[in-house]
Amino acid sequence: MSILEATASQLLDAIASGTSSAVEVTTAFLNQIERHDSTIGAFLHVDRVGALKQAAFVDEKRRTGKPLGKLAGLPIAIKDVVCTRELPTTCGSRILEKFLPPYDAEIIRRLRDADAVILGKTNMDEFAMGSSTENSAFQVTRNPWDPSRTPGGSSGGSAAAVAAGMAPLAIGSDTGGSIRQPAAFCGVVGMKPTYGRVSRYGLVAFASSLDQLGPFASDVAGAASLLEVMAGHDPRDSTSVDRPVPEYSRTLEQPLSGLRIGLAGEHFAEGLDPEVASAVRAAADVYRSLGATIVDVTLPHSKYGVAAYYLIAPSEAASNLARYDGVHYGHRAAKFDGLIDMYATSRGEGFGPEVKRRIMLGNYALSAGYYDAYYLKALKVRRLIRNDFDRAFEACDVLLSPVTPTPAFKVGELVDDPLAMYLSDIYTLGANLAGLPGISLPGGFSKSGLPIGIQLLGPPFAEETLLRAARMFERETPWHTKRPTLQVAS
Amino acid sequence: MTARLTRDDVAKVALLGRLKLSADELERMTSQLARVLEYVDILNEVDTEPVEPLAHPVELANVFRDDVEQACLQREDALANAPKTDGRFFVVPAILDGNN
Repeated sequence: MSILEATASQLLDAIASGTSSAVEVTTAFLNQIERHDSTIGAFLHVDRVGALKQAAFVDEKRRTGKPLGKLAGLPIAIKDVVCTRELPTTCGSRILEKFLPPYDAEIIRRLRDADAVILGKTNMDEFAMGSSTENSAFQVTRNPWDPSRTPGGSSGGSAAAVAAGMAPLAIGSDTGGSIRQPAAFCGVVGMKPTYGRVSRYGLVAFASSLDQLGPFASDVAGAASLLEVMAGHDPRDSTSVDRPVPEYSRTLEQPLSGLRIGLAGEHFAEGLDPEVASAVRAAADVYRSLGATIVDVTLPHSKYGVAAYYLIAPSEAASNLARYDGVHYGHRAAKFDGLIDMYATSRGEGFGPEVKRRIMLGNYALSAGYYDAYYLKALKVRRLIRNDFDRAFEACDVLLSPVTPTPAFKVGELVDDPLAMYLSDIYTLGANLAGLPGISLPGGFSKSGLPIGIQLLGPPFAEETLLRAARMFERETPWHTKRPTLQVAS
Repeated sequence: MTARLTRDDVAKVALLGRLKLSADELERMTSQLARVLEYVDILNEVDTEPVEPLAHPVELANVFRDDVEQACLQREDALANAPKTDGRFFVVPAILDGNN
């Protein structure tokens, strides 16, 4: 078994049985990062010393017969939006360049409890605002399948790390598609759980009613094992829902009988690349061949999703990002004239262009005279979007759709056209507005060799159904077994 | 729904948002925001008259916990990331001048 090409479950078995040690596995991934990350740019910070120390600790635990956690010895990459005690957490922003969190996020605590090995922190669009990872203040991340293209975003570093065999598992955050879209662009599995399924404690806030953490893996089983560890109630996040977490990895291999797959006409809108459309239709055929029923449903308000989202998310962001004032943490300008100017100058220097645009857009939408016309209007449309989904899920168990209108676009292609970049989120952000779970999984390749993702969406807390349905497709198709050929930097 | 966004509008919002923008940024921001605002006008096609706004996907009631003392961040840790402290407090420029 090649460690770098093994799935998370295979690695877990190898470590548990003693075929490989956690140190061996961790070393293999650290070496892969060393070899390839100068071209890919997935990591902002690699914690070689800490990772090897934790791996040795897991090996020692095993040797002395102590019980092992659910992810024992498994290396994992963390998006740099998650607070890690005494490991840099920059959010891809100059304003947090020197920030060292004094505490761990709840999911980090859970990962440590499960004996996982944290490899480091991955690149992202600044404050998770973007769809290409080009908005990082520090570096561009390249798509392992074609370095001239973006890995998607905002969790582009995490998706690229898994695709390039630099980590078997990774964590991302998804506010409008930021896990599912890069998963699709990089040919890996990425899941956004139901809002409230995973604690947001220690996740740096972007848009609090939309943000949710979730797993990346090279296959569905890896995502299921990781979600099982991440999910659950946390009293420190009062929006986390107190509801038992199913053992996703145990039921995964059980196919769903009588599965009803919904297809919405609105998900095949103008601008959808024909190769993406045909991958989704081919996936419907796979499900049909497995005995599923295909049902036509409608989501009449989905075409208003992008407009509603780009008022709601920036409004929440404008409010959340008010905390970066150069007082408690983060960048403070060297020169200023009084308190107000200290705030404004520190923020003007610390934030990049996209973050500034969203703060401006949000403050505008919330300002006196525009609040009703923009923010409140968007919230009403949000309710209609949620109602559409509720109605659709009366007729079907899961919705099958594209993840993105096109495969990965080129680095630089959309960076100067914010609206075009926003429109690329059209198929993913509905799940965030409505708080629903969604999974993106490999569904084929374009003629030019780029991965194409397919998306399954479900009603609230249908993660188990989504994972089982995803696995049914995965078992019938070869797409998740493909790996990119990486160019070695000379 | 709105009059055309002007550079002055953008400058005013930047001031409210405590965001210093250069002249160039102000110019670019005005045209980019105007395009986005023009796009979001499609929401006006939707009749939302009887619709209640949905601010949050989990429509929660208040969540309470018992009022029990718990460990909290130590002062040293809380100050560790601050740009300026005196070892005990966060230090900011004077807020009130001598005449107030």
